[in-house]
Amino acid sequence: MAVRPVAELEFAAPATPVRDASWPATILRFARRKPLGALGGLLLLVMALTAVFADQLATHDPIATQASATLVKPSEEHWLGTDHLGRDMYSRLVHGARVSLVVGLGSTLLGSVLGGIIGLLSGYAGGKTDLIAQRLLDILQGLPLLVLALVMSAALGPSIHNVIIAISIPIVPRASRIIRASVLSIREMQYIEAARALGLRHLRIAFRHVLPNTVGPFIVLVTAQLGAAILVEAALSFLGLGVPEPYPSWGRMLSVSAAEYAQKAPHLVLFPGIAISLAVFGSNLFGDALRDTLDPRLRGA
Amino acid sequence: MKTYIAQRLGIAVLTLFGMSIVIFVLLRLAPGDIVDVLFSAAGYVNPAEKKAILQELGMDKPVWQQYVDWITQIMRGDLGKSYRYDLPAWQIIRPLIPVTVELAILSTIVAVVLGVPTGVISAVRQDGALDYALRVFSLAGLSMPSFWLGMVIILTLVSWLAWIPPLTYVRPTENFWLHAVQFMLPALAVGYRSSALIMRITRSAMLEVLREDYIRTAWAKGQNERTVVWRHALKNAVLPVVTVIGIEFAFLIGGLVVTETVFNLPGVARFLVEAILWRDYPVVQNLVMFIAIIVILSNLAVDLLYGVLDPRVRYAS
Repeated sequence: MAVRPVAELEFAAPATPVRDASWPATILRFARRKPLGALGGLLLLVMALTAVFADQLATHDPIATQASATLVKPSEEHWLGTDHLGRDMYSRLVHGARVSLVVGLGSTLLGSVLGGIIGLLSGYAGGKTDLIAQRLLDILQGLPLLVLALVMSAALGPSIHNVIIAISIPIVPRASRIIRASVLSIREMQYIEAARALGLRHLRIAFRHVLPNTVGPFIVLVTAQLGAAILVEAALSFLGLGVPEPYPSWGRMLSVSAAEYAQKAPHLVLFPGIAISLAVFGSNLFGDALRDTLDPRLRGA
Repeated sequence: MKTYIAQRLGIAVLTLFGMSIVIFVLLRLAPGDIVDVLFSAAGYVNPAEKKAILQELGMDKPVWQQYVDWITQIMRGDLGKSYRYDLPAWQIIRPLIPVTVELAILSTIVAVVLGVPTGVISAVRQDGALDYALRVFSLAGLSMPSFWLGMVIILTLVSWLAWIPPLTYVRPTENFWLHAVQFMLPALAVGYRSSALIMRITRSAMLEVLREDYIRTAWAKGQNERTVVWRHALKNAVLPVVTVIGIEFAFLIGGLVVTETVFNLPGVARFLVEAILWRDYPVVQNLVMFIAIIVILSNLAVDLLYGVLDPRVRYAS
């Protein structure tokens, strides 16, 4: 945010990965230096494992309704109780991790890759191309993320694919801006000048020599946006414009029906919200720590 | 400064123009047209009637003409007609605006009151226990869906205090205190979330300012911590915070969309959701454009304000 001297930006060393250490050692060091980041990483890992092994972890069919056991309080049979249709909340939450992760990660990756390519090309090309690309992206950024995703998913119709597309589009301008910023400084490096002196084609320089050096900011970007994407998915599904039934989505579990029965069965409201919050909290903590480690220049941005 | 303003205005107009095309195209992508939706309840659509409605909507004209018509309509300040209510959209929206504006202002106040002091304290106690605690507190705010936080607030009030918040909108003239409580709860839910961003920016701006020479001078003069931090440092650190409050505005509207629904407040954001669910496209199109205009104007205002507050920006551009 603050005005920094140009020289600092240009001569700042690119993010240097730790070279000498093995994987476990690197992770241990990260955990010692950034305990909160490690906690975030752990939360994300738990979520990912839950999503992968949802079928094994679930105790009931997440979609099966049971008229004889609606709004049951948490018990031995139903660990986290049942909803108004008698569906097992624990099993639904476990399967919901899958939906949240697929939609969150899918839309973040799609938006970041698209935005990243635009940022790479426009930053590398510079001049008028860059200016026009940036102005066009301004257009997309002028709308609140949720409003744009809301209109897009309404326009595209309810399906998992469409939700992923709807959430990814607002991410594109944000991603392109971050990648472009790092491309601008990489572009001025001597090895790029050397590549040019060798007579390499521009596209080759952009993708083979500039692109690999944006990996650090790219990873930071993805982890930072993941939380936001999960939140938008939850909000869309809550409003009935996200992931359609019968997929158990955390946001949908909180929607109108839950609010209606909230007084009789508070567990309907509590648990899905806690799941969303923990997942987003994890990716925020992890993203912050990664940013500090991989790209100190962006600290606090 | 004058050319700067002119430049910024020009860019804003171009952006709005581009945005109008995006919105227009987006809503044309929607499956099924409004007539089908309007008549889906009846199950039968009289072809002649359908044609008449399409004509009234101007949907029988070529697409480019529809776009031109829409733009001229917007320029005249006409928000079109709501097909759900069969009324001019403006007539429905106008009474909703104060609700949303009040909520937005209250949320911003909560966000600033919560975000700036925690950011300053966090920076002063960098890497201390208090810093960690405050950072976790603000990150938690950023991680909880504000609509869920709202639901939990309501639930807590109901089950612990056995107090049920009013289910319908209470006018300030009817019962001021009830009205205040009704608005403070969602403002807390939305503002807490927004405060996280303000806290982070305040913290990083303070960290930077606290390392500057004039702060060292202030310490050297023997001034106490309160004066150095809150008088000297904060004054300069607050500049980026102003920008964030502007950016925040878009973020805030996003938060309001769901929160107004949860708290059952008759605001513009809730109306937008309803219009989308009802596929009341003329209204959606105009409302989204309306939001875009407000966001762009607020960004513009912040940019200009920044120029006024910080002379360096004024001359650099």
